[in-house]
Amino acid sequence: MKFKVRGIDTFASTGGRPFDKNKPLIIFVHGSGLSHMVWVLQTRYFAFRGYSVLAVDLPGHGLSSGESLKTIEEMGDWVGDVIGAVGCKEASLVGHSQGCLVTMECVAQHPKKIKTLTLMGGASAIPMNPELLRLAEESNPKAVDLMMDFAHGPAGHFGGHPVPGLYHLNVGSMLVQNKEIKDTLGVDFRACDNYKSGPEVAKKLDLPTISILGAQDRMCRLKDGQKLADMIKGSEVHIIENCGHMMLLEEADQTLEILKKFIIEKDPIN
Amino acid sequence: MDPKTYKFDTLSLHAGYQPSKNAGSRQVPIYQTTSYMFDDVDHAAALFNLERGGHIYSRMSNPTVQVLEERVCALEGGTAALATASGMSAIFLTIMTLCNAGDHMVVSSQLYGGTVNLFRLTLPKFGIKTTFVKPRDTEGFKKAIQPNTKGIFGELVGNPGNELMNMPEVSKIAKEAGIPLIIDSTYQTPYLCRPFEHGADLVVHSLTKWMSGNGSSMAGILVEGGTFDWMQNDKFPSMTKPYEGYHGLSFAEEFGPTAFTMMARAEGMRDMGPCLAPQNAWNILHGIETLSLRMEKHCSNALKMVEYLSNHESVAWVSHASAPGHPDKELAEKILPKGTGSMIAFGIKGGKEAGAAFINNVKLASHLANVGDARTLVIHPASATHSQMDEATLKFAGLSHDMIRLSVGLEDFEDIVNDFEDGFRAAKKPRLVANK
Repeated sequence: MKFKVRGIDTFASTGGRPFDKNKPLIIFVHGSGLSHMVWVLQTRYFAFRGYSVLAVDLPGHGLSSGESLKTIEEMGDWVGDVIGAVGCKEASLVGHSQGCLVTMECVAQHPKKIKTLTLMGGASAIPMNPELLRLAEESNPKAVDLMMDFAHGPAGHFGGHPVPGLYHLNVGSMLVQNKEIKDTLGVDFRACDNYKSGPEVAKKLDLPTISILGAQDRMCRLKDGQKLADMIKGSEVHIIENCGHMMLLEEADQTLEILKKFIIEKDPIN
Repeated sequence: MDPKTYKFDTLSLHAGYQPSKNAGSRQVPIYQTTSYMFDDVDHAAALFNLERGGHIYSRMSNPTVQVLEERVCALEGGTAALATASGMSAIFLTIMTLCNAGDHMVVSSQLYGGTVNLFRLTLPKFGIKTTFVKPRDTEGFKKAIQPNTKGIFGELVGNPGNELMNMPEVSKIAKEAGIPLIIDSTYQTPYLCRPFEHGADLVVHSLTKWMSGNGSSMAGILVEGGTFDWMQNDKFPSMTKPYEGYHGLSFAEEFGPTAFTMMARAEGMRDMGPCLAPQNAWNILHGIETLSLRMEKHCSNALKMVEYLSNHESVAWVSHASAPGHPDKELAEKILPKGTGSMIAFGIKGGKEAGAAFINNVKLASHLANVGDARTLVIHPASATHSQMDEATLKFAGLSHDMIRLSVGLEDFEDIVNDFEDGFRAAKKPRLVANK
């Protein structure tokens, strides 16, 4: 659906169901350069099981208007504003990769609005390889190829998408190339590289939190994901074997099962 | 710093398959089953509602067929693929997903005869009309577009006359009009050309041909490039508006670069059901493992055949984009740098009667309706593959009665030549040669 956040047209997938502000809200926040489409194998399930779902396109991404936000802090604050913009008071947050930094910041800035936090493929800092950052800021398609290489584990490189007929690497690549690379991926990578508050924010989090990590993640390595989880009070950790950074697609079923158990227990439907 | 993603030959052998998820089986297993167990009622509901990936019923998807789909998708550089029972069913499924009654297509006139008949005679039964344009008439494609036109379709190298469509230029016309360009790339295979790199939005193949190479199995495929923005205009409401068949799902919103394939599977395979048998998918996968090696030999044999035929006293003309003076030679060098394929059309002196004598007297070359077999194949299109077309349509499609269509195989070149010499000798005195 389209709605306004800070006066700007914003798109979010509602998982195929009409949005209902009276149902528990789950907001899904995508990673660098991507869009709501990465969440299709998680959002539809919750949307048809009594939750209201918003898989947002960050400003300037996917089907949302405006320019990309330049810092993780701004993005976190923006996600907090989304909750009020759709007439809700609180939400559970699910972030992937850069979306983990964004959702942690959202909790830090809007602690009363957030009920649970799910971090997929996260780390407390995501410093960028300088060459990859330069390529992305120059809109060089090689940046996307490198990102797809790093982001996918064996499943992505050999295939075996959970949805028959889809090919991991090229789907991700086309999602990023949907927009001018420097305006989305370039801005996002720079925001990740600049963000240094992750450890401090993580240590202050005090809400039900779960980290879902890929054993063969090369973008946010497993040990960095575990370090982040260790910083968060009472955080659960689930490691998915034989899986890279894109667990939400590479091992969509396992990811959904973990997420289902966590959300249904911590943020149940009344 | 370069990405370490797998390259073409590696993908030909490995894409779409992980042994670790299949009991360690190095070869792709044949999942000879109609249906798949659900974990529980919730799992079944989620699968039926496209909430999660997986298999329900082999009309919609099958694990062996899935490997084939991903492999071809990877080789083409696409986002998604959907295998079908034949190349024709891939085309039909594509058009039925793209169009509604009252819509219109712009189509290259030089196509396999069955495809011509689909657009000329069968699709009008569903209210879908076509304007045919000669493949070299690039401006003609633009002029033929109407407000209700939903796509441009063509074979990159037309069957059987070997005229090329200027894919990069026609792609610009399609983009300006906000409609997709669909290329039948059967003749090329992704080894010779990846149409998405030249502006195509959807690609179809008959996998029965070079992709298989063994002439054992029928199969087709639709591949999506993920390049087309279905939401850029109001031309494709079934892709962009809530779809009643899946509780108001908008395929374009939810699936973006894979929306077309998702809809073709969810609606087309569900309602029409032209599914590919897993055994056939497995046979095609075997062929794809050696695609590069075979295409190199096909092309090198074809080049030798072009030279041989061009210098033969019994041959009136030769059409192959590599041939000196071919009008599309420059374009072919640009978009088909690895080779222009192994289909040759040639005219035999003496016309239809000589052509019949030639075909009746070759022994190594097989006289049949297929192309792209590892074996050399010949046919007289006007009396076989394109025989349902009337004189005017034959002429418009660039067919002549003296035309022989040759699909050059992998045999030793000298053996093919010796066989053809027998055919040409008989063609010189057709009335003296008894029919086989």
